[in-house]
Amino acid sequence: MRKLKNIFFAIIFSAILLNSSYSAEKSPPFLETKWTFKGLFGKFDRASLQRGYQVYTEVCASCHSMKYLTYRNLAEKGGPEFSEAEAKAIAASFEVTDGPDSTGEMFVRPAKLSDKFVMPYANEQEAKAANGGAYPPDMSVLVKARKGGADYIYSLLLGYSEPPEGVDLDDGVYYNKYMYGNKIKMPAPLSDDLIEYTDGTKATAEQMSKDVTNFLMWSAEPHLEQRHKTGFRVIAYLIILTVLVYFTMKKIWSRVESKV
Amino acid sequence: MSNHEYTPSSKFGKWFNDRLPLLTLANHLTDYPTPKNLNYWWTFGGILTFCLITQIVTGLVLAMHYIAHADMAFSSVEHIMRDVNYGWLLRYVHANGASMFFLAVYIHIFRSLFYGSYKSPREIIWILGIIIYLLMMAAAFMGYVLPWGQMSFWGATVITNLFSAIPLVGESITTWLWGGYSVDNPTLTRFFTLHYLIPFLILGLVVLHIWALHVPGNNNPVGIDIKKPSKDTVPFHPYIVIKDAFALLMFCIVFALFVFYQPNILGHADNYIEADPLVTPAHIVPEWYLLPFYAILRSVPDKLMGVVAMLSAILILAALPWLDTSKVRSAVFRPLFRQFYWILVADVLILGYVGAMPAEGLYLLIARVATAYYFAHFLIILPVLGWKEKTTPLPLSITEPVLGGSPNFATARIDEKIQKTIK
Repeated sequence: MRKLKNIFFAIIFSAILLNSSYSAEKSPPFLETKWTFKGLFGKFDRASLQRGYQVYTEVCASCHSMKYLTYRNLAEKGGPEFSEAEAKAIAASFEVTDGPDSTGEMFVRPAKLSDKFVMPYANEQEAKAANGGAYPPDMSVLVKARKGGADYIYSLLLGYSEPPEGVDLDDGVYYNKYMYGNKIKMPAPLSDDLIEYTDGTKATAEQMSKDVTNFLMWSAEPHLEQRHKTGFRVIAYLIILTVLVYFTMKKIWSRVESKV
Repeated sequence: MSNHEYTPSSKFGKWFNDRLPLLTLANHLTDYPTPKNLNYWWTFGGILTFCLITQIVTGLVLAMHYIAHADMAFSSVEHIMRDVNYGWLLRYVHANGASMFFLAVYIHIFRSLFYGSYKSPREIIWILGIIIYLLMMAAAFMGYVLPWGQMSFWGATVITNLFSAIPLVGESITTWLWGGYSVDNPTLTRFFTLHYLIPFLILGLVVLHIWALHVPGNNNPVGIDIKKPSKDTVPFHPYIVIKDAFALLMFCIVFALFVFYQPNILGHADNYIEADPLVTPAHIVPEWYLLPFYAILRSVPDKLMGVVAMLSAILILAALPWLDTSKVRSAVFRPLFRQFYWILVADVLILGYVGAMPAEGLYLLIARVATAYYFAHFLIILPVLGWKEKTTPLPLSITEPVLGGSPNFATARIDEKIQKTIK
């Protein structure tokens, strides 16, 4: 019996090992960085989210949409938490087409808090035409749509290099060691001092990658902080209740000669 | 079934009960004599009821906000995740709830396999269970299609295409399922309708499942028939209720860990990409709980035979009460069966593992061997084992130690393991 159990676990263990080696040959391990949103009490780094928004709006937004985000989200709890005035000002710097008005005409007005993030292109076809046939994916839930999540996005942003010998690249195709198939149509988007942070942080490529990945993680999971907070309370409550029920059970079952 | 007559104490209660015996039913459920040696594997019946209710309640609220339309389904799910109050919680509970439901049902099924709960007189309970399990798979598959992500779309395409393997009418059936010539909006709306319907069918079958259970009463780890009510049984309330509650709470802690700390780990990243009929994902993989059957499907080179093999793998379970020829229920007294049981568990886990891997090379070979073994277990090993196996002696009752109660002195040599089970 014991022998059989050992074989049983040996099979499972080797399967796990086989599995990890299988996925390991595909791409190198991700770059390591410390995320504040991980763990039991994980929270977003507020300042990093605000800087991340700045990277998004000044760099990424020229090609990538974020269609599920609304300007009011920027001022909401658990996010970058811009003040309402700041969020209003951000919204007002964009223009949206509204209407029809009472005369039946469409008109252009500054965006309001209730408007969705303005898209860089009118439609997918225009986006493709402007980007050499590649469609820059919407970034609202991008972190959740990629295996490896935040670590993958962060690594990808810093994973550009000259192609190794023997790899030929067409025009408009770049080498990235974290990309599936190593070929990517997006040129390296971030380089040192590409933008100037309003809070005076030095804008290294690593810093910007980290900030914008933080921002994307928040956009994919806007209620992450609430989830962690509620989760801790729920689990603490369940554990206490379980202990109480356990002793109640012991008491009740002590009436019969049987173990529970 | 308890045979004693029940009379409500109050006058109104008596008046009501004479017209609709709900109080008799309630009394039966509270007094229901349950074997007192049930171990924690028996708590999963109650846990499964909880899972079903959770899925129905969260599903109802989700359906209030979800839009079953190919152009709007994905964004309506994002709307739930972002703008609906506690929408993220509802959706994560519902999505992870499906996985927890299957985790519990697999434990429940394998408990039954170990202790021979499917054997006479409980065949109908078992078959009802298999039907519930089939409906669960249908509901889960269609539910996975609703967010209309890449895996939803392509999973639906792969599975519905299986029907085209049926000779003569296959193509027409597939077209009928799709409501067109490919997976599209009509497919989504009918899947949504069915996804809403099936849980209530399951609920009805669960009532029958429990009803059928209450006729012979529970099996138990020793697997012997017991007198009810007797020293071997305890009333369902409070003994089993409190024990089930304790186990359920432990289960909920695991559930909560997934929902609050790893809500997406059981899903596939590709399903956060909106469905695109023009882009096929690199690997199309079903949810983890369907993987063993997916492996069986792919291990057969012929499409039709693959579908037949996959369906047989489930339907063969319905014939189990007659394939297992042993008169002894519990594996505790079946030393050989016990070993084959664990090999089967390993076999199913291996099938699940290769189901997630590409169907090529070594993986395909392993899948084929494991599939062959799966069928051999039910079609060859179990029938033969029933005739050949020398079982260890059964105790006379749960409470009475075999030493005193047994007419046969040989049965006194009971090993420690059995002793433990009886306690």
